[in-house]
Amino acid sequence: MAITTAPPEKPVKVVEPGSGTGSRTTRLLGLACLIGVAVLMVFAFALTEADLVQQDVVRMIYIHVPSAIAGYTGFVITAIASVMVLWKKSMWWDIVAVAGAEIGLLFTGLMLATGVIWGRPTWNTWWEWGDVRLMTSLMLFLVYVGYLAYRRVVPSADVRARRSAIIALVGVINVPIVNRSVEWWASRTLHQQSSLSDGKLEDLTLFTLAMGFVVFAMIFAWMLMHRFRIGWLELQADTVGLQAAMAERRAQMEADIDDAVAHPGVNDPTEGGST
Amino acid sequence: MREVWAVAGKDLRIEMRSKVVASQVLPFAVIVLVLFGLALDADRGTLRSFTPGLFWVTVLFVAILTIQRSVSIETASSAFEALRLSGTAGWKIFAGKALAVAAQLLAIEAVMLLGVVVLYRSSFEDPVLVVTAALAATVAIATAGSLYGVLAVGMGVRDTILPMLLLPILAPVLVAATRAFDDGLSTAAVNGWAWCSLLACFGLLYAIVGGVAYAVVLEDA
Repeated sequence: MAITTAPPEKPVKVVEPGSGTGSRTTRLLGLACLIGVAVLMVFAFALTEADLVQQDVVRMIYIHVPSAIAGYTGFVITAIASVMVLWKKSMWWDIVAVAGAEIGLLFTGLMLATGVIWGRPTWNTWWEWGDVRLMTSLMLFLVYVGYLAYRRVVPSADVRARRSAIIALVGVINVPIVNRSVEWWASRTLHQQSSLSDGKLEDLTLFTLAMGFVVFAMIFAWMLMHRFRIGWLELQADTVGLQAAMAERRAQMEADIDDAVAHPGVNDPTEGGST
Repeated sequence: MREVWAVAGKDLRIEMRSKVVASQVLPFAVIVLVLFGLALDADRGTLRSFTPGLFWVTVLFVAILTIQRSVSIETASSAFEALRLSGTAGWKIFAGKALAVAAQLLAIEAVMLLGVVVLYRSSFEDPVLVVTAALAATVAIATAGSLYGVLAVGMGVRDTILPMLLLPILAPVLVAATRAFDDGLSTAAVNGWAWCSLLACFGLLYAIVGGVAYAVVLEDA
């Protein structure tokens, strides 16, 4: 069964060029994100204390951990949207899926980059092959690189939506593995176990980290809304393009029929006419 | 189950007649093992300690070729169409295809095991563990590979997209199989049976997901 691109009773809304993907909500949310990042930086770099062991490097936690959570969230959103694609056969959910994957990949990349930078002064190495959290995170990143690469090579939108939904559902199995890896393979990681659940963080550190989660969640939501609208506009452009091509073809056929009626025999090969 | 055996038997009969895996994929596996030996400067101590990793990396390379072959025999003459029209349930076709891939991989692994004994002087300290780990890992590779193989059907870039999709999700299988072999070949002090259990979990998981998803993918193949 083909995946529906738009409900039949709703005509495709043509968006004027230059109207963009912004709205009052996204502009306000974008402003809140900017303010949130500024406040988070003040708390992270000025108000919180440096760690006794790690010194100032510990401030990386306010970016690294929220990035990881935002990355996981993106992939879980992709998985949920993929279930909906298979269930509801709706292109709307496919756009949500790709938006979640792209943003999840961006934040996972940020998590890996900040992790590498944090690892150098703390563990005296940029990369530790024996660390199960690092390896599973990299694999998670590569699974979704493959997911997005796959989406680019499947020409049919219907087929792309269905098949990539399956890849996303297999890929999301890695999320709990990455998240729980430090507990499951405690002897094979340099990462510490969850500081949040152990209550090891001091009040202001915990508050700043919580603020980091909120700010990253706002940035995530802002990006998701814009990316969804881009996807929706692309879908509309494809649909409008298809409709225009069909209308042009129909008009051409009607003109040919009118021409044949007006000049009978001209295009008939049996009459010796040219085509 | 008869349909599962029929699909698996069909693939294996095609292979017996064409001998593509035997004449091309198997020699490729041996060549890779030899190249690893050359790359590591023929240091037997190094080769022996790295045998589990080298073995399973080679198996993954071989698996890619075997899976591509398994898919190409269906696409070459629109055989997927015939499979769909036969009325056989998707999960049965999936199980048959995975079974055939697993059988071919196991045959290649048997030769490769002989190869690492001869070329790398490895020895099996726990043969039961080695065989169990090989079986569990092969099931995981064959099930995931059969699903992803059919996902790549109908694309001009199938040869490049399949490894990109498949290898990251098989990375945990590579790690677990290597650790289990570490114990079986006594190259590291680890609990191989625990890793074997993990391999079985992955095999089961990929089999369930593949069985459920195959019908959806086959619709478009």
